[in-house]
Amino acid sequence: MLRICCPWCGVRDEIEFRYRGDASLTRPSADAPLAAFTTYVYERPNDCNWHLEWWLHVSGCRKLLKVARHTLTHEIRAVTS
Amino acid sequence: MKSTPEIHPQSPSGARQGGGHYSGLRLLIEGLRGQRGWSRAWTKAAPRPRYRVVIVGGGGHGLATAYYLTSQFGMADVAVIEKGPLGLGNVGRNTTLIRSNYFQPDNIRFYDYSLQLWERMERTLNFNTMVSQRGTLNLFHSEAQRDLFTRRANAMRVLGVDAEALTRDSVKRLVPLIDLDNGRFPVLGGFLQRRGGTVRHDAVAWGYARAASRAGVDIVEHCEVTGIRRAGQRVMGVETTRGFVAADIVCLAVAGHSSRLAAMVDLRLPIETHVLQAFVTESIKPILDLVVTYGAGHFYVSQSDKGGLVFGGGIDGYNSYGQRGSLYMAEEVAAAGVTVMPALARLRVLRQWGGVMDMSMDGSPIISKTPLQGLLLNGGWCYGGFKAIPAGGLCTAHLIAHGSPHPLAAHLDLNRFAAGRTVDERGIGPYPYAH
Repeated sequence: MLRICCPWCGVRDEIEFRYRGDASLTRPSADAPLAAFTTYVYERPNDCNWHLEWWLHVSGCRKLLKVARHTLTHEIRAVTS
Repeated sequence: MKSTPEIHPQSPSGARQGGGHYSGLRLLIEGLRGQRGWSRAWTKAAPRPRYRVVIVGGGGHGLATAYYLTSQFGMADVAVIEKGPLGLGNVGRNTTLIRSNYFQPDNIRFYDYSLQLWERMERTLNFNTMVSQRGTLNLFHSEAQRDLFTRRANAMRVLGVDAEALTRDSVKRLVPLIDLDNGRFPVLGGFLQRRGGTVRHDAVAWGYARAASRAGVDIVEHCEVTGIRRAGQRVMGVETTRGFVAADIVCLAVAGHSSRLAAMVDLRLPIETHVLQAFVTESIKPILDLVVTYGAGHFYVSQSDKGGLVFGGGIDGYNSYGQRGSLYMAEEVAAAGVTVMPALARLRVLRQWGGVMDMSMDGSPIISKTPLQGLLLNGGWCYGGFKAIPAGGLCTAHLIAHGSPHPLAAHLDLNRFAAGRTVDERGIGPYPYAH
């Protein structure tokens, strides 16, 4: 069970949150080539390492949080709003 | 610290182990002789410096690919390289279900071909994989869900695949254990695929390994790939913990870890790795003679031949390489199970485990060439790789042998994402955690 420290609500169980995917992606500019959008939409580093990700505190403050979590140990290093 | 594995060199005569032909008569004779006549089912090979084909991953798909390369395409200069012992990855961690109840025509054809291969697997491999076509029952709980399932069943029947609609009363007769009138999601009926069922998963790995080994494939255990050597845009072979192994073709069959191996050649895949849990209860007398899936939550269940109820649910839902699950999902799965079959509340869960999945961006697998010449990928199986082992292996072997995709798997290429023809069974979009 993950325990995520929400900057607004304090430490809460993962069941209060909903995962919203990789937070390290940057949307290409509108005039970028199609290949840049393919990379953005589909390709993922998927490292076995620290992972920056979005979690929506859906049963709490409903803020979208950026969480740095390790994908092997599940340790959480930083949570920012 | 890993222990150094014992190496079993081939016998000087070059004869390969394989335990001879298995049969009922043989079983009887060996029984009378005190079971002393059996030998190892496959030869534990040491890696040679060069092969035509190196398959990375000694799981279901890797071993099946090796077997079909020999039996269908006459290629025997093949090695399967596995970092641990055989069959301890996802082929040994799944819930052993087989079925072909898909919606998209390309998927129905592919998975039903797999089911047809399962149906004749034991004869083909001369190995008792305990294929049991006990039937797969999908429950529905609303009229909208009934319509959705009807659409899927019709799509299957158009292609000649079996699917039957069952009324509430038929469901009750078939599985008295189901609480049709559970308070939250009463059961309105179900869809049954009688040809679906279960298979002894370890035996699948052993059976393919034995058949491939007998045909001349080197199965190299305890040999981890640490790098992929390339020259320009061509693959040259793999660096391993037991030295460099050169190959014309390197095929990755390491679902769960495909991205990590692809990263060795700076290739990014449309895959995220997620954890899926499974559970087994204590052994009890036979109470359930088919596979049941709950339609209003994460739960499906079957009873193993040992008597334990094997059940599971959905993925935990966030990127993870940890082969263990989160308790919240264990609770959710158990709650769904007790909702549909209240009697399960009396059982104790014996074991719980997690496996890591290649969750692809459209929820469908990938059998494809990659931008690096000679490097092929069999991966992206999401939580459905087990049932696809025979067809996945055959189609991957076809791709290796002919350099072109098998017609049944042509839609599973890596280019489909860039080309905008993703194979998204449920129309979810590029969100692996939601598939």
